[in-house]
Amino acid sequence: MRDKIVYALGLAAALVIAWNTYAISQLPDEVQQGAVFKIIFFHVPVAITAMIFAAVALIASVLFLITRKFQFDALAVAVTEVGLAFLAANLVTGSLWGRQIWGIWWTWDARLTSALVCWLLYAGYLMLRRAIEEPTQRATFAAVFSIFAFLDVPIVVFSIKWWRTQHPQPVFWGGGSFPPDWSRHFLYNMLAMVALGVVLAAVRYSQEESQREIDSLRRMAHAF
Amino acid sequence: MRFFHQVYVIAAKDLRAELRTKEAINAALAFALVILLMFSFAFDPQEETTREISGGLLWIVFAFAGTLVLNRSFAREQPNDCLDALIAAPIPPAALYLGKVAANFLLVLAVEMVSLPVFGIFYNVRWTAQFPELMLVVALGTWALTVIGTFFSALTVNIRLREVMLPMLTYPILVPALMGAMLLTSGLVMGKPIGPESAVWLRLLIGFDAIFTAVSVLLVETVLVG
Amino acid sequence: MSVVAVDGVWKFYGDYAALRDVRLEAAAGSCLALIGRNGAGKTTLLRTIAGFSRPGRGQVRIFGQEPRQAEARRRMGFIGHGIAVYDELSALENLVLFARLYGLADPRRAALEWLERTGLERVRNGLVREFSRGMRQRLAVARAFLHEPSVLILDEPFTALDDRAIAVLQRLLREALASGKTILMSTHQLREALDLASHVALLNRGQVAFQGAATPEMVSDPGYVYARYGEA
Repeated sequence: MRDKIVYALGLAAALVIAWNTYAISQLPDEVQQGAVFKIIFFHVPVAITAMIFAAVALIASVLFLITRKFQFDALAVAVTEVGLAFLAANLVTGSLWGRQIWGIWWTWDARLTSALVCWLLYAGYLMLRRAIEEPTQRATFAAVFSIFAFLDVPIVVFSIKWWRTQHPQPVFWGGGSFPPDWSRHFLYNMLAMVALGVVLAAVRYSQEESQREIDSLRRMAHAF
Repeated sequence: MRFFHQVYVIAAKDLRAELRTKEAINAALAFALVILLMFSFAFDPQEETTREISGGLLWIVFAFAGTLVLNRSFAREQPNDCLDALIAAPIPPAALYLGKVAANFLLVLAVEMVSLPVFGIFYNVRWTAQFPELMLVVALGTWALTVIGTFFSALTVNIRLREVMLPMLTYPILVPALMGAMLLTSGLVMGKPIGPESAVWLRLLIGFDAIFTAVSVLLVETVLVG
Repeated sequence: MSVVAVDGVWKFYGDYAALRDVRLEAAAGSCLALIGRNGAGKTTLLRTIAGFSRPGRGQVRIFGQEPRQAEARRRMGFIGHGIAVYDELSALENLVLFARLYGLADPRRAALEWLERTGLERVRNGLVREFSRGMRQRLAVARAFLHEPSVLILDEPFTALDDRAIAVLQRLLREALASGKTILMSTHQLREALDLASHVALLNRGQVAFQGAATPEMVSDPGYVYARYGEA
């Protein structure tokens, strides 16, 4: 039953995104930047989704450390992985946008740089998990690292912003106007992205739970 | 008071053991000198350019060489299961942790104090212009490096690929502190004192140090005793 | 009240239970020999009792306290698989270090005394990395006894000891028992252990298969307990 709900939600999200993308492509091109400006409909929602998921990961990590229930560890890793994928989408869309507008694939723009550092932080979380065999230790250490990473995120964002304020560079985007009736489409995409993220995280979560069960059965089988 | 005595005992033990073998500190010093040498091939610096990038250069040297010291920090407790004995002793895990941070701080600082004059000689740069302020920045930046690095040394001590995991986890977390230290150092080496504009980086460093020292002290028991 | 009380302890690695509902008690002045085949969970159990890891369920009490509390740690001595002394320090430096960590009033005097009791006073300034295996083991014993613990938790202490070290350890353990200290010891060397043990517990697949006083039959035929209560 739960699976059916998850798949239905995923289908709904995909349909909304598809329809919305069509609707967006029908909108007039933006004055200064042309058609590529519409990438903002994807670039920003994936970033916001990633941020939401980072917060969920923090809560799951703290709850794991308090309760020691592995469901929270599974939630933390599922949400972090999906958030990392969304953050990567943010980096890619940002890079494509820059290539179109400025002709370069990357610049050390404040937001892109922050996104990159945050991506590295949470990639470290996944690397750490991979390096620890024993499930309880893995969950505990990963949870501790997740707390460090989340605390660092605002410090990273602010420090990079101040850096770019003191050593300004052309801002990658910004500028370009956003007519009010476009907000509707933005909102649809935002909700659909979050829904898509939830679906992916749910799938990953149940996969993680199954993996845990298999691992412990294997351990039991080999123990004696 | 007793707490600080325990921190002192642990720090003294680490320093005595390290100074007897000098493994980590020799490796770190050699590594620092090699990096400084290789940078001189990469750039053909005029004095002015070098001073502008000095912050970045120096802190890359400090961070990379420092990792060699930090890796040893909890790794030295492994050979005879010494970590068990330290955890079993009636000292707070925070004292164990801070003792190691203190020892690492002094060791990394020693490497830095040797690297600075070598940097000045290799690149013909007068770095002593704002000496007290430079020392303050070096101390704050080194504290950030050792607080995070020692904690992650505990985290990675018995996992796979420890030598790779430690820098991979530490450097992203340190980005704000390294950035602040680099910018401040470049300014100071160029002879400019810390003004109102760069003071924000000093505040960032102090805030970073305070926050992450507190968080590390709170979470170290979870990592050591699970 | 028992000195060591293990009540309904489960220890999980992921979902796998290494210890299942373990209940054990040890009274003051008793010596419990924990036996069982490899993989039964002896080391896991002793380390959980000593406070190195937390049980998933149930609780451990040493003198009525949790093992991680400072008072319990002060009164406990542990010998594990490693010798837990530093190779780069001398024997004396090692013992002074631990004496300080345990808050002893005169660390140096206590260290010298225990070096003498374990026959290491002549090499007290020698670095541990130059010691022979037997000397290293004796120093490990000195470290564990240094702070006069009331509870000793020993994980296979006789394994890989030379004869002199075995003799030293047996003498010290006997003295400890005579003065009312409590010992929990896991072992494969049944004969040496049953020489000292007042109680025996058999651990099988993480569960306590047998627990009771050591009987003459056990001492004369150490395999008796395995045959009767364990799996073949």
